[in-house]
Amino acid sequence: MTTILPRREVLIVGFGWTGAIVAEQMTREGLDVIALERGLWRDTSTDYAVNNAQDEVRYRYRDELFEDLSRETLTFRNEGGQEALPMRMLGSFLPGTNVGGSGVHWNGQTWRFLPTDFQVRSHNIERYGEDAIPEDMTVQDWGVTYDELEPHYDTFDKLCGIAGKAGNLGGEIQDGGNPFEGPRSSEYPNPPMEMVAAPLRFADAARELGYQPFPGPSANMSQAYTNPLGVSLAPCSYCGFCEKYACGNYSKATSATTILPALMQRENFTLRTGAMVLRVETRDGQATGVTYVTTEGEEFFQPADMVFLCTYITHNVNLLMQSGIGEIYDPQTGEGQVGRNYAYQAMSGANVFYDQDFAVNPFVGAGALGQVIDEFNGDNFDHTGLGFIGGGYIAQWQTNGRPIEHHPVPSDTPTFGLGWKQAVRENYNHTIGVGAHGAVHSYRGNHLDLDPTYRDAYGRPLMRLTFDFKQNDIAMSNYLTDRVAEIARAMGGRRVDVSPLKTPYDITPYQTTHNTGGHIMGDSPSNSVTNKYNQSWDISNLFLMGAGNFPHNPGYNPTATVAALAYHSLAEIKRSYLQNPGPLVQA
Amino acid sequence: MKHLLTPMILAAIPLAMPALAQDQNTWSSVQRGLYLTRMGDCEACHTVEGGEWMAGGFGLPTPFGVIYSANLTPDEETGIGAWSADDFYRAMNEGISHDESRLYPAFPYTNFTVVTREDSDAIFAYLQTIEPVRNRIPEPEIPFPLDIRTSMRGWNLLFFDERDFEPAPEKSELWNRGKYIVEGLAHCSACHSPRNLLGAQQGGAASYTGGHAEGWYAPSLRDTGPHEGIGEWSDDDLAAFLKTGRNGRTAAIGPMAEVVQKSTQYLTDEDIAAIVAYIRDLPFDEPEIGDPEPLAESDGIMIAGGEIYATQCAACHGIEGEGVERMFGALAGSSLAQATDPTSLVHIILKGARSAVTDAYPTPHAMPAFDWKLTDEEVAQVATFVRNAFGNAAPAVNPGEVSEIRDEE
Repeated sequence: MTTILPRREVLIVGFGWTGAIVAEQMTREGLDVIALERGLWRDTSTDYAVNNAQDEVRYRYRDELFEDLSRETLTFRNEGGQEALPMRMLGSFLPGTNVGGSGVHWNGQTWRFLPTDFQVRSHNIERYGEDAIPEDMTVQDWGVTYDELEPHYDTFDKLCGIAGKAGNLGGEIQDGGNPFEGPRSSEYPNPPMEMVAAPLRFADAARELGYQPFPGPSANMSQAYTNPLGVSLAPCSYCGFCEKYACGNYSKATSATTILPALMQRENFTLRTGAMVLRVETRDGQATGVTYVTTEGEEFFQPADMVFLCTYITHNVNLLMQSGIGEIYDPQTGEGQVGRNYAYQAMSGANVFYDQDFAVNPFVGAGALGQVIDEFNGDNFDHTGLGFIGGGYIAQWQTNGRPIEHHPVPSDTPTFGLGWKQAVRENYNHTIGVGAHGAVHSYRGNHLDLDPTYRDAYGRPLMRLTFDFKQNDIAMSNYLTDRVAEIARAMGGRRVDVSPLKTPYDITPYQTTHNTGGHIMGDSPSNSVTNKYNQSWDISNLFLMGAGNFPHNPGYNPTATVAALAYHSLAEIKRSYLQNPGPLVQA
Repeated sequence: MKHLLTPMILAAIPLAMPALAQDQNTWSSVQRGLYLTRMGDCEACHTVEGGEWMAGGFGLPTPFGVIYSANLTPDEETGIGAWSADDFYRAMNEGISHDESRLYPAFPYTNFTVVTREDSDAIFAYLQTIEPVRNRIPEPEIPFPLDIRTSMRGWNLLFFDERDFEPAPEKSELWNRGKYIVEGLAHCSACHSPRNLLGAQQGGAASYTGGHAEGWYAPSLRDTGPHEGIGEWSDDDLAAFLKTGRNGRTAAIGPMAEVVQKSTQYLTDEDIAAIVAYIRDLPFDEPEIGDPEPLAESDGIMIAGGEIYATQCAACHGIEGEGVERMFGALAGSSLAQATDPTSLVHIILKGARSAVTDAYPTPHAMPAFDWKLTDEEVAQVATFVRNAFGNAAPAVNPGEVSEIRDEE
């Protein structure tokens, strides 16, 4: 039996970064807002206290912050025609659960995409001709521009207190910042983090090779900061427990450290945890609300005027599929939009091993403590004759020296026993990793749909992921990896081990939690699920937040763009939709 | 400070000019009643966490047993719906209930007796407007003979003077307003004055020299010594503390966090200024205790405590005990750390603390509990260390004291 609850004006499904942003903006409009979160209430002082937050076994290896695959997961295969199997252990990516979502355990590397990233198709064709985009590469322009998103990137920077150095202020290139970035309307709200030996060594080598290194933009606080909501964050203590961990020091921007203290005081906001949303209900082309089940197994229908899907991207796409909203993409025919253009990130790198006279002190770290070059990202370099488009940044991030996870050893080291132990001892404090963080361009064969065989704990078909790195990704990543190796060899170590992109894509080793696409945005219902305001083309009171809107995945970490798109959407909702509900873009 | 006096404040100065209070009052008495209800921090006892507003039932642990707070909603049967304004004033002024029974002084009528009839009526008017809630309050769990409420007659005879507020004509209006608030509705002495064995607040020169509340030490409000209480605070420090829960030195924690959150943050700047004017003028006639000598850095306890500090505390409180302003308390120069009575310091280390959440500082920064992680000896070591490092000086804490505080509820 389903209990029908009182109607709300705004209903949010999933209470991570975008859920909190939507709630903060909509409650500020005086609307009655409810958020449903499948996980538990979590906050810094009660759950992630500084005297127990740094626990590798509990958080990294027992998955305390990550989603529970015994309830729902996805099946995976590299290409159509293979039989997909359920992902039974987390590996390649780590979606979060509980209040704060994946944003609780991010590193805090906070990037804006390049202006040309949003015109990936038209820009590359204009510069390199029609042949630049292979027939089965399904990238498209986003329907939104950098200039439209800039004020919203700025809002997010200030909400979070991002630490960095501007490279382009209103078109004027600035010394010490990223000269390739789009024009910024203001300097970063906080100065860059204190640099340590490894990133400085990388920056020196990069500079010698003629590149322009700059400090990575960081959501780890370089100093105490109070944001425009009056919420305050403390200086980072460089403990090296960011990615895969919650910050116990209020030093990493998350929804809990930037929004919730202000939001939770508002009387027109309700948060309901332990509420697993099974589907969006629709009637006559409108969403009427959602059906959810509690941890006790009781089913409820929560009616609402507006529905925002703010879950992790795979779940947003899954909710559309489970709710029968839109047509599921078929790569054979190219029909349907839901599940199309799934993309990921192409990661590669190199380790530089030093003699005992150069110490790295890797335990002094932070998720976004690093130096970066952007010469090989997007279209910052001439791709003529290279056989690929796009790129990525190359960086040295000194994220951590966590003892269970971090023990770099030369590639010919035995994998266990005395030889391995000796190598760990010799190299732990004397190794620097350099990474390339590459784009993945969307391809016809990479997509999401429903699995014909496996079902979740609620009896629904599992979502099926079909993904592999394609020709462009591999060529691009190999090119980046060669540049990584050149810099690594200039860093003065005794040995360099290069780790190129591993193909075919393997879902078991951790790579990055940057899954994108599946409900992409665009300029027409014939090429996208949402319009430029992330409003469903099919259902005008349904909005989809998150990286599922990305038509492809550029060579940067996605969070700031996820947030900027959310603020961009909310600005138009406030400007137009609330007075005059309906499609914000005419199809 | 006279420039801060607005007509409203003049109006609120009681008895001195009651007619003015009626005429120049720009708030309706109900709104003023809510303001005064907050000034009295009535919510702290009369609203259970997560419960209905002012519906009572909060079990107040007193040294004599548990007393349950009254239901102040206008429910006829279980609340004060059948009361008149006269009844309410009598409870405030004399500690006698509607049914003629004597109230226990856990209800601070010993302070509220100075509250004016006008203010009492405004509070009553406000309380009559809130949603009536049916909530029958349990009888107090108090042993014989104190369970007989008439026994309070003897207690009152000894310790209670029904009285009106007496302004000091030689003092400023602001000062007098402050005294009225502090002695009356704000009932600061309930925690900040020592109590005798029968639970009565000590008056006169002993008042406001520090007391114990809910396992915490409420420090002296008099200028007792350079390391104690608020002796070294500026007027602005104190005003910011009451208004926002934080200042450059510290944050309100423990029971005082609740007071700031539920009461003082809502007070007007003028009333805050009045409280500050009065408190800063409290005399302290006792000879000052000489500055204690800090323990030597080479002392074994200091070395052991310093190691614990470096691994457990320094990430937030800083290598030099400097803290982070308005987030993590500075330990260098902290009067809480150096208080002669270390109860609050030990309490925080063992059980943690959360700073007040106010409109000005919505982030609930908190100190985690270390009772699961540190032994009594280790807590004593690190407490002793912070009392004697960074230029601080205070007597060592011994493990026995820690053990006692650990065992408290």
